[in-house]
Amino acid sequence: MANLSTKICGIKLSNPTILASGILGVTKSSLKNVVSNGAGAVIIKSISKEPRKGHNNPILITYEGGMINAVGYSNPGLEEAKNEFTDLAEVGAPVIASIIGTNAEDFAYMAKNFLTKEFAAVEAPLSCPHTPGFGTLAGQGTPEATFAITKAIKQNTNLPLIIKLSPNIPNLVEIAKAAQAAGADALNMGNTHGPGMVIDIETKQPTMDFKVGGLSGPAIRPVAVRCVYDIYPNVKIPIIGCGGITTWRDGIEMLMAGASALNIGSAVYYEGIDVFKKICQGISDFMDQHGYKTIQEMVGLAHKN
Amino acid sequence: MNIEQPKVIPIKKIIEENSTVRTFYFDLDLKAKPGQFIMLWLPRVNLKPFGVSYQKDGLTGVTICKVGPATEKIFQLKPGDLVGIQGPYGTHYQTNGIKNLVLVAGGYGAAPLSFLAEENLDKNIDLIIGAQCQEKLLFAERFAKTKIKLHQCTDDGSCGFKGFTTTKLEEIIKIKKVDLVCACGPELMQEKVIEICGRHQIPCQISLERYIKCGIGLCGQCVVDPLGIRMCKEGPVISAELVKKIYEFGQYHRDATGKKIFFKI
Repeated sequence: MANLSTKICGIKLSNPTILASGILGVTKSSLKNVVSNGAGAVIIKSISKEPRKGHNNPILITYEGGMINAVGYSNPGLEEAKNEFTDLAEVGAPVIASIIGTNAEDFAYMAKNFLTKEFAAVEAPLSCPHTPGFGTLAGQGTPEATFAITKAIKQNTNLPLIIKLSPNIPNLVEIAKAAQAAGADALNMGNTHGPGMVIDIETKQPTMDFKVGGLSGPAIRPVAVRCVYDIYPNVKIPIIGCGGITTWRDGIEMLMAGASALNIGSAVYYEGIDVFKKICQGISDFMDQHGYKTIQEMVGLAHKN
Repeated sequence: MNIEQPKVIPIKKIIEENSTVRTFYFDLDLKAKPGQFIMLWLPRVNLKPFGVSYQKDGLTGVTICKVGPATEKIFQLKPGDLVGIQGPYGTHYQTNGIKNLVLVAGGYGAAPLSFLAEENLDKNIDLIIGAQCQEKLLFAERFAKTKIKLHQCTDDGSCGFKGFTTTKLEEIIKIKKVDLVCACGPELMQEKVIEICGRHQIPCQISLERYIKCGIGLCGQCVVDPLGIRMCKEGPVISAELVKKIYEFGQYHRDATGKKIFFKI
């Protein structure tokens, strides 16, 4: 096995695969199970100040090339989540918190009241395309809002901060730079795309209860790769690549586009929960075959040719 | 390619089992196995999991208990109305190589176990079905023409044996050889079944009901402590050995937000 260990904003990872927020991360035991299936780190499902039930079902369906989801940030709220995510060393890999809010003050409050030293870092998604009051539907995907929220979180925590950006915005580079300027320690380039819609032709109405949802899975991967490729030369902070990574080949591609670590989410459906192990094995074989000694050597290679 | 979307289909017929339980039938060859569940979609209302209770000659049935807003809407449906069906999903009861089988059903746990009984007519089956009273006992007629030995139990003695299904189970175990016990019903009943089977060293499988949202193993709402396994994927049917490693069993479950809800004892 090649040496897959890597580092992102000071967090040591045994391998570059990171469980994406919103997939499986409801409980500490679930995170532990994901780590035992090979993940190098895990991001919890996003926590808000108050409990949220999320959207009504169907919240997640698949189509030919991917899936569409509108979970709507279901979570037990700050107080309950504090009890859930304790003794995080038991998880066996770095645990990254994820906090959401409707404005910069909310994010500041969450940073101050939820984050403990047990978390390795905190991620703030400013990019959810299907939950009113949050993400891009709340205007969090502008350079100004990104700057203000990033700053508000940084003022209330010492943890490394990862800002999760939307792929659905034309001026990506500007937003990435705004996050960096406000003190973000890393970027997670990618969230679900669209939103999109599937209409059931028998009942003549959208299948998703929220009507629209964000797209993920293999179908969106080329867009996700392009987003990482676009921002890589323009920022100094490291990037987590997110969007459609399903196999080891996809992972290598994302590294070459400029990502230092890989978010894995929908692939749990396509490849099983041990997808983390499968991707690592494939990356390791590729490194052995091509003489790469470290993950870092492959990061951004597509920019050098 | 598998596409996880509800397949929309008219309801073929509806049978009223009792005042709060109905079975909805569809012209559909699901190829489900006993213990598996489907997701039933009522547009703009909800998509909810239900165990398959009947499957024969291209006809599939799900037995639904009216428990909340979504099932109330389902109860307003008539034959010919359209609903969506997704699945089947999850694990199933495994009875290969078993000769003497006892099934323990509490309440609407009778639904999947009746399907299981009908798929195992080559075996010696004792089917224990329990309810509060005669009116709530399910499927009294369904097994009349089979060689399945039906034991009805009611809390108030209005029909059959007056007492718990678990008391009946222990009676049966004492008088005959039992190779496997399959249970489905309230968690505290299933806990007792596991305890009895453990004492008599009889293998046992149960169905662990948790809040299922996406149904395809991604959202994480149905994971159990401390294993973190998903009841829509690695469950709902699990062996007693596995149950023993799940410390939340009989203690708590989680609601739609992920908050722990403790069972009242």
